[in-house]
Amino acid sequence: MITKRIIPCLDIRDGRVVKGKNFTGIRDVDSPVALASFYNESGADELVFYDITASAEGRGLFADVLRDVASRIFIPLTVGGNINTVDDFDRVLKSGADKVSVNSGAIRDPSLIPRAAEKYGDQCVVLSMDVKRVNGKFTVFAKGGREQTSLDAIEWAAYGAKNGAGEIVVNSIDTDGVKDGFDLEMLNAIASVCDIPIIASGGAGCMEDFLTLFRSVPGVDAGLAASIFHFGEVAIRDLKRYLKENGIEMRI
Amino acid sequence: MIAVIDYGVGNLFSLTASLKALSLDSVVTREPSVLHEADQLILPGVGAFGDAMRKLEETGLVPVIREEASAGKPILGICLGMQLLFDKSYEYGEHDGLSLIGGSVKSLRDAVPNHLKIPQMGWNRLIPVREEPLLRYCSDAPYAYFVHSYYATACEEALSAYAEYHVRVPGIVRKDNVWGTQFHPEKSGADGLSMLRAFSEVTA
Repeated sequence: MITKRIIPCLDIRDGRVVKGKNFTGIRDVDSPVALASFYNESGADELVFYDITASAEGRGLFADVLRDVASRIFIPLTVGGNINTVDDFDRVLKSGADKVSVNSGAIRDPSLIPRAAEKYGDQCVVLSMDVKRVNGKFTVFAKGGREQTSLDAIEWAAYGAKNGAGEIVVNSIDTDGVKDGFDLEMLNAIASVCDIPIIASGGAGCMEDFLTLFRSVPGVDAGLAASIFHFGEVAIRDLKRYLKENGIEMRI
Repeated sequence: MIAVIDYGVGNLFSLTASLKALSLDSVVTREPSVLHEADQLILPGVGAFGDAMRKLEETGLVPVIREEASAGKPILGICLGMQLLFDKSYEYGEHDGLSLIGGSVKSLRDAVPNHLKIPQMGWNRLIPVREEPLLRYCSDAPYAYFVHSYYATACEEALSAYAEYHVRVPGIVRKDNVWGTQFHPEKSGADGLSMLRAFSEVTA
C-alpha cells in the first residue's frame, strides 16, 4: 500500500536555510545544498523548498541553489514562495522542481490553480495555505501569515481540490513553531472536504506527534516539519522506524 | 549512450540529472539518427495520453521507435511513456498506443474504492512476480514514487513487479527488450537510480 510521507521543509532566504517561530525571529540554519543532500541520504520522502527572499537579486540566487539541489537529490522536490503566475511555474520547473506550491498568488488570483493545472497537470500544483482561527473560524492568511483574508479555509481547500490542485499543504499558524503537536482539529475539518493528498504542517515537536497525526486524521498523507529536523531533535530515520513499528505504512 | 526521446512532453530535468549522477552518457534528442546510434532509448512523459501520442506522432519518430524496438534495442518507457507502449488507452476517449506491449490503460478511479485518492501520489512498495533485470541492484523491498491516475491492465504476460493500491498496479512491465515503469525511477531515491543503472547495462 501507499506509504505516509515525512517531508522536511527548508525555508530559503538569500540562498540560506532559515527557520522562524510563528513566522518571526528567523535565524540562520545551514547551506540548503548540504541540508538537502543530508535529508536525501537519511530517508526523507520528499523535500519542500520555500523561497522567502524579498529581493530580485536574491531570487536569482535561489534559482542557482534550486538547480544545484535538484541535480543532487532524487526524491520529489516541491518549490514555493513568490509563485504568482504560470510563468513562475515555468521558471521553477525548469530549475528542477517537480511540484510547485502556490499560496498568496492563488489567493490574489484563484484562476492560477486551474490555469497551471491545465498546463502542467494536477500533480504539479500544490495549494499551500496558512490558516489561523479567527472568531472560531478557520481563516486563510496571505503573505506568509501576515495578512488576514476573507477566505474560509474549508471552502478554499475545497475550491483548490476541485479546480486542479493535486495536493494541499495545511499549515496551522496557531500551532506553527509551538512544538506541541499538529492541529488535528483543523486538519480533520479540511480532510473531510478534500479527496486529494493532504500534507500537515505546523506543530511537530516529537515523534509521538506524527503517530498521533496519522492515527487521528486518516485523510492526512504526509507530515511536514522544519526545525525539529534541522536542529537534529528528531532524526528522520528514527522517526520512520518508530512509525512503522507502530503500524503506520512507511518507506524504510 | 542513452537517448532520451524529446517530444515536448514533461520536464526532463530530474531524469537527465539522474543519468548524470550515475555518470551515464545521455542525450535529449528528437533526431532519428541519434536514436539509431544510441545503445538504449528512454521514452519519458507526463500529461494526458491522447495529447502525448499526438505529439510523439508529430515528431515523426514513431516508425523509428518501432524499428529500433524490433531490432532489439532496449527501450524504457517511464510513467506516461510506459503507458504509450501499450495497445490502447481509455483516458478521455479511446486512443491507440505504440502496441509494443499487449495491454490497455484504464482509469484507476473506476477500479478502486472512493476512500483511495486519485492520482495515486506517493511511495509504494514494488512486489516482484518474476526475475527482473531492472531490479538486480535494488534492495530487497524497493519502494518507488508513483504519480498517476491511469494504470495498465490485461498485461499479465509482461508483468515483472506490481504495487498494491486496492488493485495490482503494474509497476514494472517488460516484453523482451521493451520495459516500462509506471513510477518515476528518477524520483525513487537510491533504488530508482539502481534501476536506471541496470537499464543502462542492458544491450541489444
